[in-house]
Amino acid sequence: MNRLLIAALLASLAACGSSQKIDTSQQMGPNPVLPEPSEELVAAVGVPKVVGWKNGETPVVPPGFKIEAMATGFESPRNVYPLANGDVLVVETQRVGSEPVDRPKDPIRDFIMTMAHGGGGAKETAGAGGGPPQRITLLRDANGDGKPELRSVLVDHLNSPFGVVLVGNDLYVANTDSIVRYPFTPGQTKITAPGQKVIDLPGGLIDHHWTKSLTASPDGTKLYAGVGSNSNIQERGPEAETNRAAIWEVDPKTGAYRIFASGLRNPNGLTFYPGSNTLWAVINERDELGPNLVPDYMTSVKDGAFYGWPWSYYGQHVDARPRPQRPDMVAKAIPPDYALSSHVAPLGLAFYTGSSFPALFRGGAFVGEHGSWNRHELNGYRVVFIRFAGGKPVGKPMNFVAGFLDRDGNARGRPVGVAVDRTGALLIADDVGNTVWRVSYQGGGAAPATAGK
Amino acid sequence: MPATRANGRLRPISIARRPLTALLLPVPIVCFIGNLLTDLAYLNSGGNLIWLNFSTWLNAAGLVFGAIAAVLLLIDTVRSSVSWATFLFLAAAWVVEFINALVHARDGWTAVAGIGLILSIIGVVLILISGWLWQSVRYAGVEVRP
Repeated sequence: MNRLLIAALLASLAACGSSQKIDTSQQMGPNPVLPEPSEELVAAVGVPKVVGWKNGETPVVPPGFKIEAMATGFESPRNVYPLANGDVLVVETQRVGSEPVDRPKDPIRDFIMTMAHGGGGAKETAGAGGGPPQRITLLRDANGDGKPELRSVLVDHLNSPFGVVLVGNDLYVANTDSIVRYPFTPGQTKITAPGQKVIDLPGGLIDHHWTKSLTASPDGTKLYAGVGSNSNIQERGPEAETNRAAIWEVDPKTGAYRIFASGLRNPNGLTFYPGSNTLWAVINERDELGPNLVPDYMTSVKDGAFYGWPWSYYGQHVDARPRPQRPDMVAKAIPPDYALSSHVAPLGLAFYTGSSFPALFRGGAFVGEHGSWNRHELNGYRVVFIRFAGGKPVGKPMNFVAGFLDRDGNARGRPVGVAVDRTGALLIADDVGNTVWRVSYQGGGAAPATAGK
Repeated sequence: MPATRANGRLRPISIARRPLTALLLPVPIVCFIGNLLTDLAYLNSGGNLIWLNFSTWLNAAGLVFGAIAAVLLLIDTVRSSVSWATFLFLAAAWVVEFINALVHARDGWTAVAGIGLILSIIGVVLILISGWLWQSVRYAGVEVRP
């Protein structure tokens, strides 16, 4: 009787809640449709089972392109960083431990997240040394054929690293709690010198959004680090968010820093637009306002700008949840440039700087969409391409690399970091497929004429 | 522990002749009232999240002990031919508070303001009625002291 009663009550309450009936494509581009918030009674969860890639299976690319595994057998590779000499750095990483429990909800949410990362509900995937992977692996592909001749652990025993950038002979690695500098001469396959800490980054016990993205200014004098929020919408309290949900500008010489931009819930994929001094990033927006709120986005990041989190989204749309409300901050919030649609979880961004792809790709953006977990109908799980004209995104995103989900909706892989190598091929880190994929252009096939959907 | 026959009627599930329902039913009563008070504290504080966290744990403890109490009370009700009213109000309170748990799982103000607070009030009224009705239950051969 109880169960029937509960089911009936749930159904009636759920029915009076959600009705955000819009197509995801309406939320792609500079002016996304934003429905009314719809807080569901039971937060929607859709986590695909991780099945991995069977022999011969690959993601799918448009005609004329070819996708091959550059290397397999990684442990949770989340970022790729190609060097000028053809070496590719692969960051194999996972968060360590779980967040402290504030509410009965927290362990349930943690369980769902580990399912989403192929942990089968276990805390973390065991690495070779027993613990989670904490290393950067170097792949050497001297002849540029996409088949590495050499594979070597460049540096190990890091602390949940994600961002990596080379400036001259300094290799900067963004661990979850610090930026560390290693002396590195291109060609080197192993770093034995100890790292030197440049600056502490917010880590700590909660460390909800733990991936610290990293890039350097074109002149190499400044570093930029993405520091994600410690919560969905400040439900851990404002103290936990000190200097988070922001992009830090760090002087690598002195270790001084300032907040470059804020109100960015979880910024990743930090990259300067080629030939400019404009920083771009992709941002994971907030959850639990319904399946079609709030769209994740890609944006140029303006110095000193505030993008709304937690008090408002997409400019000045007020979020009722965080208190006290801050009309003064909402008044400062500016809208981002380009929406990617809701809950796609963009974690990688790379501009096309090569010349081997057709002309329309030059200067455009590839975005790795790790994929949704809090909507029933899965969204993301692909690498999209967004054409740029005059340094600005135009048109709708094109579904460039698909097939990360199989027909039954299981995850064979999930894309994270993306990068363009020196031959102009696109590299993709696939953290549950444990593969680095390489997309090259073969010509012949009809290249997509426009970047339509 | 199992109920045994005495004077032609059934005794409640007891340990050493003391019925377990008497021990367990007060837990959800106290917890759901506590949940309502911390809800009010949260709204009154302008959103200090410690009160919302208290609410969710009080609610969870009330649900766990309320479920055990409900099972025992259901068995007692069937076996001892006592009134169904106590059990039905307890069950109704449990359902309302379960939905309340889902609402309270929201992140921030909307977890309490509006429907969360209303459900907390309804839950408290129902559990208090259940507790009051239970006072009138007299099991054969077992003295239930007030």
